Amino acid sequence: MLKFIKHNLETIAGVEIYPIISLTIFFTAFVLFTVWAFTYSKEKIKEISEMPLNDE
Amino acid sequence: MEKQQFYYDNKIVRNFIYASIVFGVVGMLVGLILAFLFLFPNLTSGVSFLSFGRLRPLHTNAVIFAFVGNAMFAGIYYSMQRLLKARMFSDLLSKIHFWGWQLIIVAAAISLPLGYTTSKEYAELEWPIDIAIALIWVVFGINMIGTIIKRRERHIYVAIWFYIATFVTVAVLHIFNSLELPVSAMKSYSVYAGVQDALVQWWYGHNAVAFFLTTPFLGMMYYFVPKVANRPVYSYRLSIIHFWSLIFIYIWAGPHHLLYTALPDWAQNLGVVFSVMLIAPSWGGMINGLLTLRGVWDKVRTDAVLKFFVVAITGYGMATFEGPMLSLKNVNAIAHFTDWIIAHVHVGALAWNGFLSFGMIYWLIPRMTKTKLFSEKLANFHFWIGTLGIILYSLPMYVAGFLQASMWKQFKPDGGALQYGNFLETVTELMPMYWMRAIGGTLYLTGVIVLVYNIIRTVKQGSPVENELVEVPALAVISPNRLKGEKLHSWLERKPVQFMLLTTVAILIGGLIQILPTILVKSNIPTIAAVKPYTPLELEGRDLYIREGCVGCHSQMVRPFRSEVERYGDYSKAGEFVYDHPFLWGSKRTGPDLAREGVKGKPFNGGRDDVWHFNHMYDPQGLNEKSIMPRYQWLIKDELDKSSTQDKMRAMVTLGVPYTEAEINNALKHMDEQATKIETNLLANPDIKKSFGAQTASPLKDREIVALIAYLQRLGTDTQVKK
Repeated sequence: MLKFIKHNLETIAGVEIYPIISLTIFFTAFVLFTVWAFTYSKEKIKEISEMPLNDE
Repeated sequence: MEKQQFYYDNKIVRNFIYASIVFGVVGMLVGLILAFLFLFPNLTSGVSFLSFGRLRPLHTNAVIFAFVGNAMFAGIYYSMQRLLKARMFSDLLSKIHFWGWQLIIVAAAISLPLGYTTSKEYAELEWPIDIAIALIWVVFGINMIGTIIKRRERHIYVAIWFYIATFVTVAVLHIFNSLELPVSAMKSYSVYAGVQDALVQWWYGHNAVAFFLTTPFLGMMYYFVPKVANRPVYSYRLSIIHFWSLIFIYIWAGPHHLLYTALPDWAQNLGVVFSVMLIAPSWGGMINGLLTLRGVWDKVRTDAVLKFFVVAITGYGMATFEGPMLSLKNVNAIAHFTDWIIAHVHVGALAWNGFLSFGMIYWLIPRMTKTKLFSEKLANFHFWIGTLGIILYSLPMYVAGFLQASMWKQFKPDGGALQYGNFLETVTELMPMYWMRAIGGTLYLTGVIVLVYNIIRTVKQGSPVENELVEVPALAVISPNRLKGEKLHSWLERKPVQFMLLTTVAILIGGLIQILPTILVKSNIPTIAAVKPYTPLELEGRDLYIREGCVGCHSQMVRPFRSEVERYGDYSKAGEFVYDHPFLWGSKRTGPDLAREGVKGKPFNGGRDDVWHFNHMYDPQGLNEKSIMPRYQWLIKDELDKSSTQDKMRAMVTLGVPYTEAEINNALKHMDEQATKIETNLLANPDIKKSFGAQTASPLKDREIVALIAYLQRLGTDTQVKK
């Protein structure tokens, strides 16, 4: 599958860096989302998740 | 702490619900007419504005933007006020949003049947309506952000994140896909051509599904499911990961609509990879929704609202499992252009959007009228007949899609020729499935009509609470900066503007990486010297092809498969479409591909001369009684409007099509010459001569049909020599 991608991208100067950048972006992004989610304290998460229930 | 009194605006929610129901019935009714047109192609014969090609965009637009759109606004306006403990920012903006949106729908309902269309799927509306959509969308956005800013709740609940992403992304998508050059009050050309137009269109099309049909409904799921089940969402942490990964990945997946087309391979492959990844956040969200019901499944047995929600979320899970599978190139090679895709989208629309909306409506209306639902029994009946309708709709369409694709690809045992060389054979085989689909659709609509009755009776027995009084503590003013010990995300989650910027960045990355290279890197679209711009007559013919919505049933994209090359001719190359504003590749083959229609000498295309096309438009069943092509007799009756031909050519020049000044000045003369040739061919046929030869008021060469024939006979001839 990679041969199709390579062929068309070869014309771009410095294309070797693309996959490395992509991987870095995604890896960082997912680590951030996970950290984002798991650094919440239990009490805070409980409080937030009950927001729809006490809104009247 | 000081308590503040204010009112929730229920009236705006109620208005959006009523609009959703009314346009839902209309949109589904139009869909049902379309389903019956497959069975009785001449059901609306002779009425141009009720023809299949013009009604199909009306159906899709009505269901997406009118039925689902209004339901989504109702859900957003209801849940947002309560989650933020604030009335909507401005009653005036709410009103402008509501009435503006309904006006746009009415404009669509009038202009689409009249043939005013850009032909780009789910973006068919012409440029003045596009501008109106942008303005009303901004009104919605200001109203939403304003409400968030004046809220009385510090934290912004995850549902509202989804609403913010919806607003931002739909704005970006709509603006970039609607960039078009106006020629007249209701006619424009896409600024992109061919491959680029296709890429931008499906980046839009796919993400319209993502950010119009999915994210707002996920937000509603995160509010209404906990609300109705009376328990918090299964995992709020999961919802955070769900949100960010979904919006980050979704935006990349658009090119899976263009697999095996002339789109550069790297873009296709990028689309596949991200589509497969998409299953993770999608299923994360689905599981989060379903598991919220843990411990209350006994309620699901009795509560119609929860039943609707369960089927809705299950439908979402099915559609989002199927989506990544359909993105795999080997599966896509089978499913694309067939009824499989029709099944796929209807699982999404009927189950996910439809059932979530119905559940919400059944829950909201009694609450806002201080009464009980008129009949729980009827709601349960609606649930069952609707579910049966979905099954009866989708299963036959899966069978139809798989069956037809297999027939398209079947070679004779000796391996030489196609087993079903005549395309029509593969259509005739599907008729039983089309019948079942029409019955399924009828059942589903019946359920909706039961809902209408149930809701009317409920409203009648209740007393509407247009403004609901609430009393909550005021929100203490704190520093806009991060507090000591405050985590970064807690801070971001209370700063709507910063949060919106972050969302924008997340969705822009994918869009930019895919689209910019295709537009900027020239070598991605190799030009072909033999490909020349259309003649003025062909250009007008192409506009008729657009007006009649031919693209709804006929593709112009031969994929590089042996079976397709055998059937249609050489596969399509990117360079063939450089003058196609807009592209007309299509997404469904109810009829055969037309990319090589003008090329003579193919086994089943040998006889399609001008006379054949004329007769085919006049009475397709006269040529083959089993054909399901509708008649297009008005093309033969009506005179071609040449008043703006030269303006159209000038617009094309602006977009980069190399017409010379001399060609534009001589356009009318050139048109007349080309039309006269076709007229001569037609009048050589004794039957046509008998009927049309004597008339002098409007000679045959000035009729629309001649321009359309000129266009059809041009297709594919630049790169393949006419024999």
